Amino acid sequence: MGYMENMGNMGNMENMENMGNMENKTKTTAKEKKKTEALLKVENISLSFIQYASGLRQTELKVISNLSIEAHSGEILAVVGSSGSGKSLLAHAILGILPSNAKLDGKMEYNGQQLTPEKKEEIRGKEIALVPQSTNYLDPLMRISNQVIGCVEEKNEGLMKKVQRDIFQKYDLKPDVDRMFPHELSGGMTRRVLVSTAVMSSAKLIIADEPTPGLDEKTLNETLSYFKDMANRGCAVILITHDIEAALKISDKIAVFYAGTVLEVANVEDFKNNGENLRHPYTRALWNALPQNKFQAIKGHQPMQDEVIDGCIFYERCSKKNELCSKGIPQLKSVNGGVVRCNNVS
Amino acid sequence: MLDKDKIAGFIGNKILRLLSLLIVVCFVSFMLIQYSPIDPVRAYIGEMPVSAEHKANLEEYWGVNTPPQEKFLNWAGDALKGNFGISLIYRMPVTDVIKERFTASLVLMAASWLFSGILGFILGIIAGMKKGTWIDKTIKIYCYVLAATPTFWLALILLMVFSVYLGWFPIGLSVPIGVTAENVTFLDWFLRLILPALTLSLLGVAQIALFTREKLIEVLSSDYVLFAKARGEKGLDLVLRHGIRNVALPAITLQFLGFSELFGGTVLVEQVFSYPGIGQAAVAAGLRSDVPLLLGIVIVSACFVFFGNAIADLIYQFVDPRIKQQEASI
Ligand SMILES: Nc1ncnc2c1ncn2[C@@H]1O[C@H](COP(=O)(O)OP(=O)(O)OP(=O)(O)O)[C@@H](O)[C@H]1O
Ligand code: SF4
Ligand SMILES: [Mg+2]
Repeated sequence: MGYMENMGNMGNMENMENMGNMENKTKTTAKEKKKTEALLKVENISLSFIQYASGLRQTELKVISNLSIEAHSGEILAVVGSSGSGKSLLAHAILGILPSNAKLDGKMEYNGQQLTPEKKEEIRGKEIALVPQSTNYLDPLMRISNQVIGCVEEKNEGLMKKVQRDIFQKYDLKPDVDRMFPHELSGGMTRRVLVSTAVMSSAKLIIADEPTPGLDEKTLNETLSYFKDMANRGCAVILITHDIEAALKISDKIAVFYAGTVLEVANVEDFKNNGENLRHPYTRALWNALPQNKFQAIKGHQPMQDEVIDGCIFYERCSKKNELCSKGIPQLKSVNGGVVRCNNVS
Repeated sequence: MLDKDKIAGFIGNKILRLLSLLIVVCFVSFMLIQYSPIDPVRAYIGEMPVSAEHKANLEEYWGVNTPPQEKFLNWAGDALKGNFGISLIYRMPVTDVIKERFTASLVLMAASWLFSGILGFILGIIAGMKKGTWIDKTIKIYCYVLAATPTFWLALILLMVFSVYLGWFPIGLSVPIGVTAENVTFLDWFLRLILPALTLSLLGVAQIALFTREKLIEVLSSDYVLFAKARGEKGLDLVLRHGIRNVALPAITLQFLGFSELFGGTVLVEQVFSYPGIGQAAVAAGLRSDVPLLLGIVIVSACFVFFGNAIADLIYQFVDPRIKQQEASI
């Protein structure tokens, strides 16, 4: 029963002053982990939707291309990027819950094994858990405890009920929450309930898809600490978010998504100071757009999915572009402990 | 505590509404009949030869020469006391006629309501689960065809096939010829119920099945079903756990809202199968100018449809936890 021992150091998660300590602690563990294999490897996947345009003509809408990331046990990988860059779809692709008209190519490995559709179906909810964004992801007509417990055999129900109660206790969810319906939960409670579903599963890979929007400062920090705890207990966490600042507080690595691909995977330290260690022009632009930095947004928007782009996908908006950039997609390079897809980095 | 008060308020509100509805319905029907070329005396005497004196007496009795306002008030006054007058064509109190006829119709309607509801729901769930497959298409086509079929036409077809051609069921008349009403066996009665109930059910299936299908497809593409899948739920379990739960309430509500169509269908079907229910009585009363009976039936049918709507409302307001909560917080 993994979850029991897992619960051990979840005690004071409100205690965000400890955050600094925790960061140091995990940095060392992260370093150790570097040598080990990644728990999840996503290599060069691309994803398109088959659509029927006027009449019976089929078109393919490419929404993810040449995307690679890795998630390591005990680490938090933040995935940031603007709306529509394919973050949720990546999560759904890993879990194998894409809509039926989606076409997925490329390679995925979990724990050294090929992640086939069958394998995904087998391990989702057990080895890999999703923490969704909002109360919409809870059945509006089912009581909270039933949802969190999920679909279990009858003989295990009593036991699971107890486990669920214990987890709720740890997250400070009172017994009357068990019998509530989703619409009766406050924002913070919803978050804790959603996180509980992942803890309940004792999964080793946690994918959180924007778990923090619309939260006040305190609840935000609290929620982030839950994920930190999961990583400290040895889970690999993929934290999908819009909020770079939140991501920086707890993650070990940050993957920057843009128009369906990864432009850079940076370490948290790279974001220190003025961000001069950041590799990609887009990451820098994001960094500069933050309020506490220069608060400068870059012009333009990410290309639409139906635009065909030969060269660098960021070409239009890049201030450092040169001739080479519009001819062929830049190669993914390892630079300085991170990876980047740009011609102008060495 | 809160619920109790709320339910009391709900019922009070509904009763007030029903009363005002009945007043309007009675008045309008009364006026319509008043200004239509209906002659109650003719209706009563039918083809019998009567003397002029007798006729004058009857005219006096039926109030042919009293002004309509007064007639309405007289009738309403009696009706309030529970006396709806004497049916002209059945020669017995309207209340008795309605009691007997409505019971027969109620059995017919209840049977088809339940059957169409359950079958329609199941078909809708299957179609929604198998969206886009041949099963779904078959069910959909069946529903569209049925939705476009006139009730009496389907009734006639069934009558022709099963009663005339195959001879499985009796043709018309609730009571076999030569048997008095008291001697009708349950089986006789049951055999006569099957075809009309089947007609109504087959037609009722279409709407509920299509609705359930749409609703289930909507639920299955919801975020919470996606999350359930992400947690490893799948297949029939998933549909049973989340699909049925979220589709059942709106489907049941719709079925209650269908009371008016059910009643309309019953009138036609009873006509075709000579089923001695309220619908048949309504048609007879209309054709043969039986004003007291007609008014009585109007009241009963209005109450019936109102009742269906009230239950739908009740489900909506008291069973759905989301609405319950919203109201409480206002
Ligand atoms: N079923 C679908 N059919 C066609 N296109 C789709 C489908 N689902 C998503 N897309 C497109 O894929 C792109 C990526 O979607 P995705 O939901 O992954 O974005 P995201 O990065 O999670 O954005 P957000 O931050 O708003 O959640 C979007 O532009 C969206 O329009
Ligand atoms: S490859 Fe060229 S265009 Fe693209 S980000 Fe680098 S410099 Fe800019
Ligand atoms: Mg998203």
